[in-house]
Amino acid sequence: MARRRRDLLGLDRALSDRLLPLLVAAMALLAALAMAAALGAAALAARWQGGAAAALIVELPPAADPAAARALIASLPGVAEATLLDRARLAALLSPWIGSAEGFALPALLELRLATAGPEAEALPALIAARLPGARVEAHGLLVARLLALAEGLGALSALVLLLVAAVAAAMVAVATRAGLAARRETIAILHGLGATDSVIAGGFAARLAWLAALGAALGAGAAVPLLLLFGRLAAPLLGPAAAPPWIGLSVLPPLAALVAWVTAQLTVRLWLRQLP
Amino acid sequence: MVRLEQVTLRYRAGEAPALSEIDLELAPGSFTWLTGPSGAGKTSLLSLLHLSLRPSEGRLFVLGCPIHRARRRELPGLRRRIGVIFQDLRLLPHLDVLDNVALPLRIAGRREAQIDADAREILAWVGLAHRLHDRPEALSGGEQQRVALARAVIARPALLLADEPTAQLDEAQARRVIALLREMHRLGSTVVVATHSSSLPAEFPAPILRLEGGRVVAHG
Ligand SMILES: Nc1ncnc2c1ncn2[C@@H]1O[C@H](COP(=O)(O)OP(=O)(O)O)[C@@H](O)[C@H]1O
Ligand SMILES: [Mg+2]
Repeated sequence: MARRRRDLLGLDRALSDRLLPLLVAAMALLAALAMAAALGAAALAARWQGGAAAALIVELPPAADPAAARALIASLPGVAEATLLDRARLAALLSPWIGSAEGFALPALLELRLATAGPEAEALPALIAARLPGARVEAHGLLVARLLALAEGLGALSALVLLLVAAVAAAMVAVATRAGLAARRETIAILHGLGATDSVIAGGFAARLAWLAALGAALGAGAAVPLLLLFGRLAAPLLGPAAAPPWIGLSVLPPLAALVAWVTAQLTVRLWLRQLP
Repeated sequence: MVRLEQVTLRYRAGEAPALSEIDLELAPGSFTWLTGPSGAGKTSLLSLLHLSLRPSEGRLFVLGCPIHRARRRELPGLRRRIGVIFQDLRLLPHLDVLDNVALPLRIAGRREAQIDADAREILAWVGLAHRLHDRPEALSGGEQQRVALARAVIARPALLLADEPTAQLDEAQARRVIALLREMHRLGSTVVVATHSSSLPAEFPAPILRLEGGRVVAHG
């Protein structure tokens, strides 16, 4: 009976039931990839920020007093934390390469955690060299900081892509709706003449388009899974468990697509119906 | 039931009006022949009465509602109380006979079990109980006319409008359709039947409203 009610407008044939789901599927695939990229970037950023990864190693000049040097460096802008590496532990770590290290003067090492990526962090090596002549800065942490900034940018970019994808999907639904309205112009006029309200007519279109969009989105999300599993495997060393496909996000795509389609169809049809008395 | 006060209808601003300064009242439960030559404005007048056009000027009351100043969302409820047989029938080609006839009840949101029973009953009444699941295109002109009639009356409209309902029919078929319209009148509907034929009103004497050039030239 619900089927019959939907069939009043004959939309089964009037609304393309292949093209629209396929287009929405492509959009959903893009959305899934963008979402995974955003989540991956966020996870990566969190990991780098939280861990010791975003660090600089400073080799202190032999003449410097380690405690004083630590205090000096900890006070520089952009430094969140400065820790002296334990000499005994360092010796143990290095023993496979340099033996018992007796009589070998190990340099004092400071590990810095950066407060932020950006110009302050970039300026740190020069600043340290100026304040503590003879100190050597090992800058791989700076590279990580740059990557962190990149990850944040990537996250923002992905959000933009998601918005664009939703807008394009809405536009596609609007075009499909208009095509359906044109194909069923006569039928709509007849139903309108028999006393059908705008909400009955718009509801018929919206239900059908929401269904087609949900179908397409499910298709696209499904197609994204193998791709995401593959990328996840590549990203696993960097991300750990966060490298798994974003299951919740994927499962939200079909209802989200249905919602976008429903709202778009409602607005398009109601606007169009204004031309009838 | 229906009242027009100085109603003028223009399809396009600046053009000659299709209907000019019409004053008219139709009593509840009346039967009216709407006559006049082709182009006189019969279809235009019926369009006003079933609210698919609004007057360009003047005041129009249908079923007690001032159509000339009604809000758009008040109209669907009124339309559901008006039955129409269009000149070109306007059956839906993608629905079978039963679903075409059931349309007004579905639009009104009736219960599905009741819809089916009513549609079968009304189709038996017009003599089409054996064509329930055919598409309109498979029916003869007379049968299609009766499907349109069944759809127009299934919701027991207070106002029933028919535009040239016998134009495509042979004499026997035409007589049958007119008999069904008279039956609806007997059951209490206010009925308006447009025809350009002068022999038809002779068969069933009733007040005649004659239009010429968009004006009422005789009523009574
Ligand atoms: N949709 C329309 N657009 C413009 N003019 C129309 C339209 N329908 C009817 N007319 C004009 O209005 C006048 C009355 O037409 P109509 O109401 O169809 O007369 P009848 O039904 O008596 O033959 C005619 O001059 C016709 O050309
Ligand atoms: Mg006409």
